[in-house]
Amino acid sequence: MLLLPELSIFFYAVICLFFSISRKKSGITPLAMLMSLAVFILTVVSFGSNGEIFSGAYKIDQFSQTFKIIISFGLCIVVLMIGKNKEIDDEYLPEYFMFLGLSTLGLMMLISSAELISIVISLEISSYSLYAIVPLRKSQTRIQLEASFKYLFFGAISSGIMIFGMSYIYGIAHSTFLVDIIPALVQFLDKPIGILAIVLTLTGFFFKLSLFPFHFWAPDIYEGASNNTTTFIATIPKIAAAALLIRISTLALPGPVQLVNIMMVLAAFSMTIGNLVGLVQKDIKRLLAYSGIAHAGYLMLGILSMNKEGFASSMFYITIYLFMNLACFYVIVLISKKGENVKIEDLAGLSKRSPLLALLMAVGAFSLAGIPPTGGFAGKLFLLTSAFRSGHLVIVIIGAVNTVISIFYYLNLVRMSYSKESESNEPINLSVSEKVMCYIIMLIVLYMGILPYGLLNLFKIAL
Amino acid sequence: MSMEQYILMNHLDFPILSTTIFLPLIGAIIIMFMSNEKAIKTTAFFAGIITFALSLYLFSNFRSDTHLFQLGEHIPWIPAYNVNYLLGIDGITIFLILLTTILTPICVLCSWTAIKERMKEFVICLLVMETAMIGVFCALDFILFYIFWEAMLIPMYLLIAIWGGPRKDYASIKFFIYTLFGSVFLLVAIIALYLTNGTFNIPEAMFKGYSFTFQIWVFLAFAIAFAIKVPMFPFHTWLPAAHTEAPTAGSVFLASVLLKMGTYGFMRFCLPITPNASAYFAPLMITLSVIGIIYGGLVCLSQTDMKKLIAYSSVAHMGFVTLGIFSFTLFGFHGALLQMLNHGVTTGALFLCVGIIYERTHTREIMDNAGIGKIMPIYAGFFGFFSISAFAFPGTNNFVGEIYVLIGTFAHMKLAGFLAVVGAIIAAAYMLRLLKQIVWGREDQELIKDMNTREIVYLIPLVLFVLWIGLFPKPYVGVMEKTLTHLFNQLQTILH
Repeated sequence: MLLLPELSIFFYAVICLFFSISRKKSGITPLAMLMSLAVFILTVVSFGSNGEIFSGAYKIDQFSQTFKIIISFGLCIVVLMIGKNKEIDDEYLPEYFMFLGLSTLGLMMLISSAELISIVISLEISSYSLYAIVPLRKSQTRIQLEASFKYLFFGAISSGIMIFGMSYIYGIAHSTFLVDIIPALVQFLDKPIGILAIVLTLTGFFFKLSLFPFHFWAPDIYEGASNNTTTFIATIPKIAAAALLIRISTLALPGPVQLVNIMMVLAAFSMTIGNLVGLVQKDIKRLLAYSGIAHAGYLMLGILSMNKEGFASSMFYITIYLFMNLACFYVIVLISKKGENVKIEDLAGLSKRSPLLALLMAVGAFSLAGIPPTGGFAGKLFLLTSAFRSGHLVIVIIGAVNTVISIFYYLNLVRMSYSKESESNEPINLSVSEKVMCYIIMLIVLYMGILPYGLLNLFKIAL
Repeated sequence: MSMEQYILMNHLDFPILSTTIFLPLIGAIIIMFMSNEKAIKTTAFFAGIITFALSLYLFSNFRSDTHLFQLGEHIPWIPAYNVNYLLGIDGITIFLILLTTILTPICVLCSWTAIKERMKEFVICLLVMETAMIGVFCALDFILFYIFWEAMLIPMYLLIAIWGGPRKDYASIKFFIYTLFGSVFLLVAIIALYLTNGTFNIPEAMFKGYSFTFQIWVFLAFAIAFAIKVPMFPFHTWLPAAHTEAPTAGSVFLASVLLKMGTYGFMRFCLPITPNASAYFAPLMITLSVIGIIYGGLVCLSQTDMKKLIAYSSVAHMGFVTLGIFSFTLFGFHGALLQMLNHGVTTGALFLCVGIIYERTHTREIMDNAGIGKIMPIYAGFFGFFSISAFAFPGTNNFVGEIYVLIGTFAHMKLAGFLAVVGAIIAAAYMLRLLKQIVWGREDQELIKDMNTREIVYLIPLVLFVLWIGLFPKPYVGVMEKTLTHLFNQLQTILH
């Protein structure tokens, strides 16, 4: 039963695969929704299982199970989002769901991996599935082909660099197990080779997180992939990457100064560049891509604090990040009628066309900006506090100033939907299930802001 | 420090502060599910009135014989970070709460016909604002305070951005970014204090004798946030834009309550938490205050837009408040707190007056609205009354407040006091100029309907306050005395 979440998501993918040879392919959607719910429930049920398999290469503990729950919940919502506006051709729907499932499987495995080879394999399982679904989008244009190629190439290169770094690590530690590697590596940390090995290895995760300087793929891929795919790429791989970073960091306690310094510089650049470039974006998905780059920087604040509070706050932040992004992306998915990209101007008059969507967008944007009483504020507060506690005042101030920069473009989203008038005021009709989804996401974002304690405590225990 | 040393817990049968804070929010939630516009307006009005009644009950239970915080409520909130849901009021906040609660129903009334579209969202914004504003004054935990402080930005932003004037876009974003810029430094300072004290509790952070350098940094971070909110020269530029573009109710909230949060912050945080740094920076703050008073007055002299004129006069009036606070005298403190109330009443009333005429003529230009003394006698009466109160005519509320501030300032810094008097004279000049134009400025004014009963009804309470504070301020001073004396004595012991 240790592998219940993985097995359930694997069966989900297999069933989708079999569906792809059937005639009536559109019937897969309700089935996939049900199955993803089942995966979520099974993952929750398996919470509390504890153990190691494959001689310690695969770790199942509270930490990994917590993240698996978050990931499966994210998948569940992403699948539920694929509603009536068909962004993907019916013909490819089963494969689409299958790849989503396989990618999730890879990410779940990544969270549990405690050994270099399993890390590489899980990461590749998840990445290759994503390479396949980025170009899946109705009305083939050059943008999504370009995006998928970029994603493939950049992804492959970053994997290459990561494996190269791992070879150094293996050379230093003579082991592929994280538990053995970390103590061996510590002695090499004041030598260039040690730093090089770590930095190159972390590249793979930084790439997934879209942290500076591995961020450049994000805007193009976000723009090129369909809205649903982007929702997935923007949120769930980042959770897994953050989880593994945290796991590696917990092993590396107390954090070596050199590594912390590198992370700090990357975080500062990531926040600043993400927010500054975000200011001039016109396409909402590109804007969210840059916002994601900035948030990857914020996330590092918790990790570089190198203590339990810091890790717990990073976990909290990546969770709220999932939900506030889901809020924004869900609005995009529902606004775009034929699955086209949404420009910021398209939000004009949204508060009249659909007050609920405008509210959801506002909650998401304010949360991304970190304005109370949303979860984004609670997350940012915990991050800043833990970084400050570890004595990194400079990065705290950079983070605080970045909040001000970022508010400009987040506010732009709200401003568009509330104070601009549009030519066509045709209302957007939402079905009951869509409305319920909107309320659920909104309530989660607000709940995490108003009563953050329960979740934070859970994360702390899980560490 | 144990909690009994600084706070008296609530002795009533129900959590009165929480009820007062969240009653408007409950009203807003109920309104969310309503559709009839008339019913929405009535519900909002009654939500405001009930909250006001509750705050009067709160006032009747307020003990003015102690400097401690009272009617406290305490629930652990985020134990891991020692964040508590801690509420309490004292002599500084009780009147600010009353001011907020009385203005909300007035704001609903003044928007009765002025707001043409999206009435529902409008009153929801007003009520959410009220919740946040009362919350700011009641919160005794930094995080709780910060949440209310920031949460207020969102409805205020929406008030300007949706129902604002032609340049609402510019004004609302400027307002938001300016305020947020200040707030993030506030947040950093809060975290710094938390890491020193191990708690976000505000009373426990007071008079702790932090090192001077630490105080300097914390003071600067606080001061940026509060100086922007007040606004002090040279951080005032968002104010005229926001005031001019906001709908009347928004301007009233902005002038009467939001600006007070800056000066409240100086009194509640800067003085007790960073007393040495406050004293160190006092000359600078006094200089900025005096510049604000004179500069605000001079700019007012050249305004042609009624709302802008009153907005700039706020800069000058708030200068008196900060002058009083940083004079470090008991008189100054009393004057500052009185001036906060007075400015809330008078400037709020003046904005309401501008709103009334704007609803009829759809212009805020002084010349377009000039010469209505004969055709709108009641309006001219009210407007004249509030105008003379605004330049501190003896017998009105501002006179009392400014006298207190000036006595405090003269005891401390003669030059600043002298310049403030000059500012007061300029105030008379620009307000009388405005009044003259409005009442006698033109002969050819078309017929405009005079004020109706609804408008008279909501201005009457403000008239009463102007006269009451102006003629018999003793009850007000009595209520705030213990708290301010305690603050003053504590500062004296630390600084000498």
